[in-house]
Amino acid sequence: MIDLLGQLFLTFFFIGLFNFGGGGAMLSLIQGQVVTAHGWISQEMFTDIVAISQSTPGPIGINCATYTGYEVMYGAGYGQLAGVFGSALATFAVVLPSFLVFFLIVKVFNRFHEGRTFADTMRALRPAVAGLIGAAALVLIFDARWTGFQPQLSLLTENFPDWKAWAIFAAAFVLGYSKKAGPITIILAAGVLGLLIY
Amino acid sequence: MESASLWKLFCVFAKMGAFTIGGGYAMLPLIEQEMTRRGWISEEDIQDIIVLAQSAPGILAVNMAIFTGHKIKGLKGSVVASVGAVLPSLLIILLIAMFFTEFKDNDIVRRIFQAVRPAAVALILVPAVRMARAGCHSWWTWAIAIAAMLAVAFLKVSPIWIILVTITVAVSVSLLNQKKKL
Repeated sequence: MIDLLGQLFLTFFFIGLFNFGGGGAMLSLIQGQVVTAHGWISQEMFTDIVAISQSTPGPIGINCATYTGYEVMYGAGYGQLAGVFGSALATFAVVLPSFLVFFLIVKVFNRFHEGRTFADTMRALRPAVAGLIGAAALVLIFDARWTGFQPQLSLLTENFPDWKAWAIFAAAFVLGYSKKAGPITIILAAGVLGLLIY
Repeated sequence: MESASLWKLFCVFAKMGAFTIGGGYAMLPLIEQEMTRRGWISEEDIQDIIVLAQSAPGILAVNMAIFTGHKIKGLKGSVVASVGAVLPSLLIILLIAMFFTEFKDNDIVRRIFQAVRPAAVALILVPAVRMARAGCHSWWTWAIAIAAMLAVAFLKVSPIWIILVTITVAVSVSLLNQKKKL
């Protein structure tokens, strides 16, 4: 059991360290390690985990690490308590690299932040990051696939099945951008609306 | 400005963790609103933190919690904020894993999330637009933003390449310009 916990810790530590580009990228990293490389859980189980990670509150990477940590220990026959411990350990392991990298960044920041080069780099990074955030929204709206060099672009009907979804989208954007309502209010209102109209 | 005790910091981040729906990007508008409303961090500083958090590996929401927590209360603040951001996930997922494995097939859950998802997408777009308007002042900054967005969304380029290429080009151009002036 200690052996499995050790492996679980190392696996999620490296996933946290090498994850660039958000929860979606992390899902495929977790899948590669936990399903393909270690065979700790089945592909079907992982698909369920992804679906639940995406439809519960919280960062998707954390949800998925938490759930996987539980299933790996519970699935190995150590019981629910070991499962709880496994999930806490996987979450801790996936978060730890962020702390280490943070202190590295603080060091670099303190050394360079008054220089010209740093200011110039930040000026270029700001629009790039704005683009990355925009892309995160776009992939939730469009389904872009490539067959060879042939692009196929369609709407993601899972998220936008009908005009009601677009109306909610537009209303949420206007309210959020104008700061007429806070994000939590908007999410709660959308949830109540969902019960009424779907 | 609202005073920021460690407990308060924990509560604010736990609340955000509980309402981050649709991935770490969904936490950006929440952090922006909570930090500026309480006067803990200015709008400009938040945008710089987003840039740095996005350039680091790991989970964006956790990076944001570490960076903002540190800015407000130092090392203790970063630990408290990230524990707060992660705890709701841990509890909710454990509850589901232990008792409600059929959660995702529940009809009420399905109807709620059907409406929450488009709202969550819109809320991710809000900080993107806000950041573009604050950070894009010239044709080349707009070009970077649009190129980064299209490359990642449609050409499936990994964001790490966008960050690395941007840093490399920006540092080189900046150093060249400084040399010219000498």
